[in-house]
Amino acid sequence: MSENSFVSTTDLRRTGVRWARRILNVVILLLLVVVALGPLLWLAKSAVTPAQDTLRKPMAIWPNGPDWSILGDAWNGLHLGHYMVNTLIIAAGSWAVQMLVATTAGYALSVLRPSYGRFLYGAVLATMFVPTVVLLVPLYLTVLKLPLIHTSLVNTYWGAFLPAGASAFNVALMKRFFDNLPREILEAARVDGAGPVRLFTSIVLPMSRPVLGVVSVFALLAAWKDFIWPLIVLPDPEKQPISVRLPSLAPVTPIDTFLAALLISTALPIVFFLFFQRFFLRSEGLEGAVKG
Amino acid sequence: MTQIQAPAGQQPGRRRPTYTTPASPGSDPHGPHTGRAARALARVSGWWRGGGPVTVLFLLPMLLVFGLFSWWPIARTVVMAFQQTNLVEPAHWVGFANFHRVLSDPLLPTALRNTVVFAGLAFVIGYPIPLLLAIAMSDLRRARGLYAVLAYLPVVVPPAVAVLLWQFFYDASGDGVFNTVLGWFGIGPVPWLVSAHWVLPSLVMEATWAAAGGTVIIYLAALTSVPKELYDAAEVDGAGIWRKLFHITLPHLRAIMLVTLILQIIGTAQVFLEPYLFTDGGPDNASLTVLLLIYNYAFGSTTGGGDYGDATALSLLLALALALLSWIYFRLTRSWSDS
Repeated sequence: MSENSFVSTTDLRRTGVRWARRILNVVILLLLVVVALGPLLWLAKSAVTPAQDTLRKPMAIWPNGPDWSILGDAWNGLHLGHYMVNTLIIAAGSWAVQMLVATTAGYALSVLRPSYGRFLYGAVLATMFVPTVVLLVPLYLTVLKLPLIHTSLVNTYWGAFLPAGASAFNVALMKRFFDNLPREILEAARVDGAGPVRLFTSIVLPMSRPVLGVVSVFALLAAWKDFIWPLIVLPDPEKQPISVRLPSLAPVTPIDTFLAALLISTALPIVFFLFFQRFFLRSEGLEGAVKG
Repeated sequence: MTQIQAPAGQQPGRRRPTYTTPASPGSDPHGPHTGRAARALARVSGWWRGGGPVTVLFLLPMLLVFGLFSWWPIARTVVMAFQQTNLVEPAHWVGFANFHRVLSDPLLPTALRNTVVFAGLAFVIGYPIPLLLAIAMSDLRRARGLYAVLAYLPVVVPPAVAVLLWQFFYDASGDGVFNTVLGWFGIGPVPWLVSAHWVLPSLVMEATWAAAGGTVIIYLAALTSVPKELYDAAEVDGAGIWRKLFHITLPHLRAIMLVTLILQIIGTAQVFLEPYLFTDGGPDNASLTVLLLIYNYAFGSTTGGGDYGDATALSLLLALALALLSWIYFRLTRSWSDS
């Protein structure tokens, strides 16, 4: 079996090449384990090591045995459960808003095609040129006092959910996917008397499971990773997600408890990734393709 | 309501019918107005029956969310950059005063220099690593999936957690994690985050660790799309491994390499989290970046914050620079996906 690689099966018949490849294999594995995985392994080890051992001999593996109670201390003492729930609320809400905006907009622009659709799609794509971080200040002032209704979303979860929905990337991804749905099926449904709403809920959405999955996993992970926007929009510590809360806990928490807290807040996204790795690893290339 | 009249002054032999409305308004009480109104009404009812309202309903979430949280703040940036506001009194126009103040801020050259140095170091350290890794990984067929998972793992770690973890690694004492490891080889201790010379390379190393996996996956996808026939043809022509690598693989990656380069430059120009959490711009402003400066104008605790005009003026300048880069990126991806 041959694959498209610059090293062919013929090349592999040479012993030198075979050996070089074996060595390369081991080197890359070691490199990845030490460099990519290493910091996380160190975190896992240190999260159950007493503070004195970590401070004195950071690279020693449990010189006085592991202490599993540290994990429980961190969970209970720092109220990690509370902040984790906050993070989950923000992730779920941002996901829902992103899905609602991206699917309805993608459907309207791709299937319903109003005459002004091109103009709107252009206005959406144009926002790709403006990085969101640059808009932090005006976005904050907008959320502080919404135009027309003059209410403030600061310290409300809506302030964290709603701006996440303004993702041109999501809309473009959905529209592109809907563009490629077989038109005959949509026409057939229309002839059978399905209205625009019915067409959306019973035909387009069920046919779009792959792209819904991709947008979902990236939306959830992005919400979990987000730091700067929740930091600005949720000044009340009781409402903050765990990643915003951690830096302020650092100076007032013993090092072993704090490392345990870091491990706990990383564990969920890592498990999530390992579970849905196919979505992440196959679709990262989409990012370039969708903008063409 | 129309009649055919013979236009005056025309020869009878060459009559051309002309359609006109009645000359006297009194002759028809409904006049031309009903015509126009009826047509408008027909257009509206056609739009209504053709599903117009439903379309608007479907567009509503996007219009609201983009309108409030994207288009409006963008428009506001442009307006506020020329205004002074303290959020209590109404804003007033100040012309280019904000730009003047921002551009003459002695911290701006420092922030610009640091951002450029950060981007440059990220290019030297962070750019080649994913490329080399992906090329090497692409050849390791069976293990590729496992390797991709390992390489991507740091990407899913929340950035705040990654920075706080690396803060332990960068402990400047001899008992810090990195300094202990370096000590085994008789090197160090290195003053990492507390030295003005080491701080930016330290931040870049962490940022590279956190981001490289995503780029590796992009390259891996591109590498698997190289047509196998090209390799087979080169093989027939007697090309060895290195010649195939340099004459087929790398040229095929050229477009995507340019794309990842520009994405990286756009990303590093907005670097905020690392300097904010690691050092808060220190030591002695050695890691102050442009975005951190904007943040400090608006929300900073040391400067007092609240300088929203200055913050938006500098945001606008940064946005223009980034938009230019994004535009280049957009053009490149378009030509790349067409080819």
